[in-house]
Amino acid sequence: MKKKRLIPVLLLRNGWLVQSKQFRRYQNLGNPVSAVKRLSEWASDELIYLDISRDDTYDLRRDDLGHPNRHSLFEIIEDVSKVAFMPITVGGGIRTLQDIEKRLALGADKISLNTIAVEEHKLVELAAREFGSQCIVVSIDVKMTEDGYRVVTRGTTQVTTFSPQDWAKKVEQLGAGEILLNSVDRDGMKNGYDLELLDQVAGGIGIPVIACGGVGDWEHLAEALEQTGVDAVAAANIFHYSDQSVYLAKKFLFERGLNVRRPDLLAI
Amino acid sequence: MSSVCILDYGSGNVKSVFNIFSTVADHVVVSNEPEKILGASHIVLPGVGAFGTAMRKIRDTLPMESLEQAVLIEKRPFLGICVGMQVMASRSMEFGEHAGLGWIEGSVEKLDAKGLPLPHVGWNNVMCKQESPLLAGLGDAPDFYFVHSFAFHAENPQHVLATTEYGEVFCSVIQQENLYGVQFHPEKSQRTGIKLVKNFLSLS
Repeated sequence: MKKKRLIPVLLLRNGWLVQSKQFRRYQNLGNPVSAVKRLSEWASDELIYLDISRDDTYDLRRDDLGHPNRHSLFEIIEDVSKVAFMPITVGGGIRTLQDIEKRLALGADKISLNTIAVEEHKLVELAAREFGSQCIVVSIDVKMTEDGYRVVTRGTTQVTTFSPQDWAKKVEQLGAGEILLNSVDRDGMKNGYDLELLDQVAGGIGIPVIACGGVGDWEHLAEALEQTGVDAVAAANIFHYSDQSVYLAKKFLFERGLNVRRPDLLAI
Repeated sequence: MSSVCILDYGSGNVKSVFNIFSTVADHVVVSNEPEKILGASHIVLPGVGAFGTAMRKIRDTLPMESLEQAVLIEKRPFLGICVGMQVMASRSMEFGEHAGLGWIEGSVEKLDAKGLPLPHVGWNNVMCKQESPLLAGLGDAPDFYFVHSFAFHAENPQHVLATTEYGEVFCSVIQQENLYGVQFHPEKSQRTGIKLVKNFLSLS
């Protein structure tokens, strides 16, 4: 039987690994290259790297961990694919089919589109046709407004007219293979996923939904898998605090009887 | 000492396959040169994408005579991955009928997923049907990472080493003498993938 997945998300901003709170405040966690190994634990089913830099200039000021060079997403993809041997999704700053091709050639298995998908629907369609639906993820950021849930883009600055359900159906039609669904309001708040949002979106489409935003303890991961139709649970901030965090999360889900891969430290 | 030749015919996942074999084998090359193929102890055919395209590229870029010498006559261990497994079949029905290499009797047909989304993407377990050195030490139902919409229907059930269920039950590991094929991606299957690669390299 196909398994539900647990996916750490790594956020990169101007060359550094960061934590995010509601897409507005960022805390620097340091060098992304040295974090790679720790977060590429075998209990992860996949990894998602999102580059959320606002411009192309990488921050060179901090050099506290002995890596003198800035860390581009490309270096990171190459490094990770040499040691991780698991599916890797890469997002951020993708504008063209060539951008996608470059990331796949470096070792990414899937790419994630966000703002560009809303602004240029055609790119999703062309990308799915060129590279296959299985490698096209559309990332959807959602915020609660006076009119209900709305899809937001450009790092939450643009509020679109799309409801998340309608946009999810649209991207499925365009050929996307998966949806990464982020709640902006829950991001970094540690009060759990927005289960209503997850349920609404996952219930209306046939392609898998990856839940993201709000995980404060392992119980939240289990809630989403038990109470909504999502295919995967993702989180970023929570995995940075302790050793073997992904393994402990996976063990919790496995021992709860959920349909996940057996956590690897137990298996071999 | 194992020396591995990963066949180079423009398949997209060569880099990941090279990375995983490099962690286990002493000597790994990605090549389509006859000397490299004939000089290898183990031969690997990676593959992603459509069957017809893969077959055309294989016929256009690989030295078939040397490959068949190494694989069919000298019987060196051969591993086909994903589409690399499928092309060993007699034929495929993906985007019209295409002839395969015809090394193992059978046809490649669209998965009957019974309403589940296709492609079949994700971690799924492999149910071992027969004892095999390729699957040794992996337990009865190890999880591997899959990405595919078509599957190998073997003419001879004796050739099916393991099956997986996604709507229908399909052949996920095939073997005929020195020819092995896996529908999943060991290069994306973490430690179970590494174990399978080690097992393959222990074949002689």
